[in-house]
Amino acid sequence: MTDGDIRLRPPRHPVDRRSVGWWSTNLILLFATPVVVLVLLGALIRPARFWLVAPAVVIAVAGLVLVLALPRWWFRVHRWEVTETAVYTRTGFFWQEWRVAPLSRIQTVDTRRGPVEQRFGLSTVVVTTASAKGAVTMPGLDHALAEEVAEQLTVATQAVPGDAT
Amino acid sequence: MSPEWQRFDRRAVPVSAIFMTGVAVMAGVPSAIGLSDISVAVALGWVLPGAVLVVVAGTVAEWLRLRYSRYRVGPERVELHTGMLIRNRRSLQRDRIRTVDVTANPLLRVFGLVSVRIGTGEHAEKGTVRLNPVTRATGDELRRTLLDRAAEPVADGTLAVFDPGWIRYAPLSFVAPLLGASAVGGALNVADWVGLSGGLVEWTIDRLGGLGLIGGIAVLAGVALVLGVIGALGLWVEMWWSYRLDREPGGTLRVRRGLLTTRSISVEEQRVRGVDLVEALGTRLAGAARVDVVATGLATGAEQNKAQHSTLLPAAPTELAQRVAAGILREPVSPTEAVQLTPHPVAARGRRLRWALAGVLAGEFPLVLLGVLLTEVLLHIAWISALVAVPVAVALAVDAYRSLGHGIHGDYLVARSGSVRRSTVALQRRGIIGWTVRQSVFQRRAGLATVRATTAAGSGAYSIRDVAAGRGIEVADAAVPGLLTPFLEEPPQQLDL
Repeated sequence: MTDGDIRLRPPRHPVDRRSVGWWSTNLILLFATPVVVLVLLGALIRPARFWLVAPAVVIAVAGLVLVLALPRWWFRVHRWEVTETAVYTRTGFFWQEWRVAPLSRIQTVDTRRGPVEQRFGLSTVVVTTASAKGAVTMPGLDHALAEEVAEQLTVATQAVPGDAT
Repeated sequence: MSPEWQRFDRRAVPVSAIFMTGVAVMAGVPSAIGLSDISVAVALGWVLPGAVLVVVAGTVAEWLRLRYSRYRVGPERVELHTGMLIRNRRSLQRDRIRTVDVTANPLLRVFGLVSVRIGTGEHAEKGTVRLNPVTRATGDELRRTLLDRAAEPVADGTLAVFDPGWIRYAPLSFVAPLLGASAVGGALNVADWVGLSGGLVEWTIDRLGGLGLIGGIAVLAGVALVLGVIGALGLWVEMWWSYRLDREPGGTLRVRRGLLTTRSISVEEQRVRGVDLVEALGTRLAGAARVDVVATGLATGAEQNKAQHSTLLPAAPTELAQRVAAGILREPVSPTEAVQLTPHPVAARGRRLRWALAGVLAGEFPLVLLGVLLTEVLLHIAWISALVAVPVAVALAVDAYRSLGHGIHGDYLVARSGSVRRSTVALQRRGIIGWTVRQSVFQRRAGLATVRATTAAGSGAYSIRDVAAGRGIEVADAAVPGLLTPFLEEPPQQLDL
């Protein structure tokens, strides 16, 4: 990008600090499952031990690196903002994504809490528009804050007539 | 329409009986042939009662379905009640109805019946009511009453009519090679049913033995291609025969087409958000293009034939396609033709070349690996195919780069991309309901970004691929004034992005 080019500024608010823990737990669960299965099988099936434990070690090492690195990266990248006119988010690391949806086009506002997310006291606010590909998600918000944002968005949405297409 | 409760046409029962008989014959004959190895009596003893059971069960099920289904077209809603054990009640608000499609397969046509699909375009399945079957007259009346509600009278007329000459473009789309491959696969499958699978393959190898491996492959590919072309021609005739595109009073675009199964597809004009000019590589070289409409509330999601629902003109000479596109949008000249497209940075060409070569490499790798491990023949195949594939891939990549472009023309944002399937989308700027800017690690290094305009219409989002990041954001900001403005900044002061 050359100097002087216009660009998107980062949204104002970072996600909750606890998100790092939440994402790490998710990744640990993701990688631990195959590792545990492989190690168990390795313990039981003697002749194939090497071929079961070796991939388990590879997965564990790769997983460990990702568990340590990814959530911290994500935390730096994931940001969100709700203004008078629009919802604005930035997500992703390898594929960074900025999403903007005007409040006037919002159709539904949902708050989601996965089981792990719940334990960390976090919520995800999902805003959908009439576009099949236009949903904007704001993960890693504190429970109370998420409620507040959802409430604010719902009020703003109801103020606009029409079916938002 | 009378606001009373009505039932589907009773003739659905004989239709179903005939259909199930067809199914029973199709399934029964191969099984009977298979079982007749044991003895003819055994074969008939198993197959006949089974066939009778299938036909009776199917017919009774259809009778029950009719018995427990009823619909009502009231002044405000269209209601459909179905189901015997699980009652299913669906009601659509009339002012939400966006499409009324009327189809009739050959069997229904013999009985003078049609199947009507009424859609709101929301919640895929829940937003649709299918009345199957009703008489042709009822179907036409439904279509007229449900869609005709525009206050001001709109000029109507014909936008395009069938030209048999267009058939020359039919074999040039992707359909031909696909059909060819599936025909060969199908032949092997049928041979397998009747226990000739090995025989057929041996027979083929016998015939082609004299040609060597390369010759054999070439002959097979040729046969598949010829079959594919025949299939594509047949499919095209069945789909597009007696096609016409009309603008009807009340502001509806209506496509009528079909040889055996006739279809009538109506799109409300206020739902149109743009057009998509689609050129498959073959048809593009022949100077032809297809016109798809970008509209909200067309069949979405899991519903099949989505592509065909939105196609308003099959591959036809580009000049005509542009004229039809202009007609659909009510513009003097189609924005896809009038727009001055801005090319994208050279870095986008580098990306396409790398993808193309990576694709070739991924294809060659197993050949080389197996060649080293097993036999030298594969190595020869590898270098010969690479000799062909590399120039083709490079040519496609360069062409894909040259296709890239974007621009704003009047009320439309126009974006073009693709080589094998080049698509030029003109999207109404007021139809854009959000933006997504994506940047992969590689794009970031090259200063590129993919800017997607999200919309309620068509596929939900249309992309300006690999545009210079700053330029893409400027275009997005210009296309929908005000939406992105509060989130923009001049970079030199801050380094974060």
